[in-house]
Amino acid sequence: MMEIRTPKTHKAKRVLEKRAPKLVENGKKTLILHGTKTSATLSSVLMELYRLKKGGAIKYSRRNENIRPFESGGETSLEFFSQKTDCSIFAYGSHTKKRPDNLVLGRMYDHHVYDLIEVGIDNFKSLLSFSYDKKIAPHEGSKPFICFTGEGFENVPELKQLKEVLTDLFRGEVVDNLNLTGLDRAYICSAISPTKVFLTHCAIKLKKSGTIVPRIELVEVGPSMDLVIRRNRLPNEGLRKEAMKSSKDKPKKKVKNVDQDDVLGKRGRIFIPEQEVGKTPLPDKSKGVKRERREGKLKKKNKEEGSASKKHKESE
Amino acid sequence: MDTEMDQIYQIDVGNLLAFNPNHRFSSAPSSREELVKECVTEGTKLVQAIADTLFNFPSTESVDGPLVQLPPPTTKLPREKHLPRPKPPTKWEEFALKKGIQKRKKDKIVYDETTDKFKRRHGYDRVNDDNDIPIIEAKASDEPGEDPFAKRLDDKKKRVDKQQKNRLQNLKSAAKAGALPSHVQLAASALPITGTKAQPKKLGKEELGDVAGLAATSTASGGKFDKKLPGEKPPKKQGKHHKYLPVVPRYGWVDEEKEQTNKVLGKLLSKHSHEILNVGKAINMYNDKKEKKKSGRSDKLKPKKDITKKKPYANKANK
Repeated sequence: MMEIRTPKTHKAKRVLEKRAPKLVENGKKTLILHGTKTSATLSSVLMELYRLKKGGAIKYSRRNENIRPFESGGETSLEFFSQKTDCSIFAYGSHTKKRPDNLVLGRMYDHHVYDLIEVGIDNFKSLLSFSYDKKIAPHEGSKPFICFTGEGFENVPELKQLKEVLTDLFRGEVVDNLNLTGLDRAYICSAISPTKVFLTHCAIKLKKSGTIVPRIELVEVGPSMDLVIRRNRLPNEGLRKEAMKSSKDKPKKKVKNVDQDDVLGKRGRIFIPEQEVGKTPLPDKSKGVKRERREGKLKKKNKEEGSASKKHKESE
Repeated sequence: MDTEMDQIYQIDVGNLLAFNPNHRFSSAPSSREELVKECVTEGTKLVQAIADTLFNFPSTESVDGPLVQLPPPTTKLPREKHLPRPKPPTKWEEFALKKGIQKRKKDKIVYDETTDKFKRRHGYDRVNDDNDIPIIEAKASDEPGEDPFAKRLDDKKKRVDKQQKNRLQNLKSAAKAGALPSHVQLAASALPITGTKAQPKKLGKEELGDVAGLAATSTASGGKFDKKLPGEKPPKKQGKHHKYLPVVPRYGWVDEEKEQTNKVLGKLLSKHSHEILNVGKAINMYNDKKEKKKSGRSDKLKPKKDITKKKPYANKANK
C-alpha cells in the first residue's frame, strides 16, 4: 500500500523545491569531513577550507571510520551524507602512515560518486600566519578569481582533472550580474612540476591607473599549500556524457499581466494599491521645521557673520 | 590578451577563470620564497587580463557599486543532478488528447440563477453548493426507504476516493519514469492487522523493557545468565526487597542486629508498654487463630454475617 506524502509547511515545500533537479542549477555545496585520524596540518586545512567557503559548505566534526572513497563499498556513507545535506562536492581528510596529510576531493552526480582525486598536503601555511592590512581582507562569500599557470594543467591528465575539480570547488554560484567593488579574492594555482601544484589564496588591491581598468596587486592572505597528486579516479564515459549534457532551451518565464490581442494589440494591466486616506502621513507642521523659519535663521546667521567680520576688519 | 613574451591566455570571464598554458616553472627551484613570488606575479598577470575585459564591459550604476553583466561561463563543468525528466501524461491527459478536449479557463465569479447574484465558484457561499439544496424531488426509479441526501453524500465520498486512487496511480507511473514532482513523496504504509483501522501501537522504551523482563524470567535460570545487549539495563529485582544487616559487625561500628533486637525488647518491657501493646487485640488474634485451626475450614466458605443489618424487633425486645 502506497501513501502520498506532501510537505505540511511552506518552508518544507521550499526546501524540497530547492533540492529538486532543475534546468539551471544552484551553486554546489561542499561537504568537509575527516576519517579516523587527522594530523594538525590536516585539521587546520579542513577548517580553513570551510572558512573560505563559508556560505556553501558543511563541516562535520566527528570522525568517520567507514568511509574509504577509493574502495567499492566505502562510499555508501558519503553518498548518504551527500543526500542528507544536498552537497555535491566533498573534501575528505585522513592521516595514515602510508598516506600522511591526505585529502580526497570528490564530486557527486545525483548523489553518487562521480570522480575522485587524492592529494597530499605539503608546506602548509595557515591563514593566521600571514600578516597583512586588515582593510583588504576578502569578504565572506565574494566571487573569486581563479588562475591556473603551467603547461602541466594541459598535458598531464591528473592535473587536468585537478584543475576541473578546483574550479568547481572555488567557483561558488554562477551569477549574471557582478558588482565590481566586490572583487576581492583570487586563488592562484601553479603547476610547479608534473605532480605538484602550489595553491595560494590572495586578496586583491585595486590601484589607480590611467584608464578605467585599475591596476591589480595581489597580497597573499590565505592558506597556501602544495598539493601532491596521489591517486585519482576518472568518471566513466557514459556518466561523464550524461553529466555534461546541458539543455539548450531556456526556461519559459511566464510574463504576467500582459496580453496580446489582434484587435487592441499588446495590453498590460497595472494594479494600484488602495489609497488609504485615513492613514496618509500628515505634514510635519512643528515650529522649527517650517521652511520660512529655517531660511530666516540662515539669513540671520549670515548677517551676524558678515557684521562680525566687518567689525574685525574695522578693529584692524 | 597578447603580449610579446607570453602567448594567449585562456580566459573564461563567466567563471572569472584564467589559464596560462605556456609558463614553464624552472625544475631547479631557487628557493621557496622565489617560487612563491614567481607564482604570485604570474597570477597577477592573469587577474589583470581578466580585469581588463571585465572593466571594459558596459556597467550600470546601483546602490552598492557598478554592476556588470557577466557572459555565461564557457568551461563546461559536470552537473550536480540529472536534467529534469518529462512527466508522462496522466490518464485524463491521454484521454483529453485522444478526444481533442481543450482546457478552458474557469472564472472565479459565476452567475447563480437561483439567487440572481454573482457568487464565487469555490469557497464560502459558493455556486451549486451541495448542502444548500432544500428539496430533492423523488424519481420513479427511487426506492422508498432511501435517503437522497445521504445518498448524495455517499456518492461524493465515492467520487473523492476514486479520484485519490487515480491520483496515486498517476504518481506511481510518474515515479516509474523518474519524474515525480519535487514536493511529493511516495511511501509504503503499514497495513492494519485488525479489522478496524486502528494503528498498531508502538511500544515505548519501558514497555519493551518490561516485556523483555517477563520473557527472561520464563527461562530456566530466571533470566539471570542471559546474554545482554550493549546498553541493556540489568533486570529490576522482583518480589520482596529485604535488607539484611551484617552478621559480623564491623570493627569500631555498632552491632546493628543487636541494636535492633534491643530496641524491640526495650519497647516491650518499658514502663509504658501497655500503651504500645494492645493486649486485648493480641488475645483476640491468638484465639481466632486457634479456632481456625480447630475447625479446619477457611473463612471463604462460611456465609458471611452482615453485622450492619439490624434485626427488626431486636432493640424493642431489650427495652
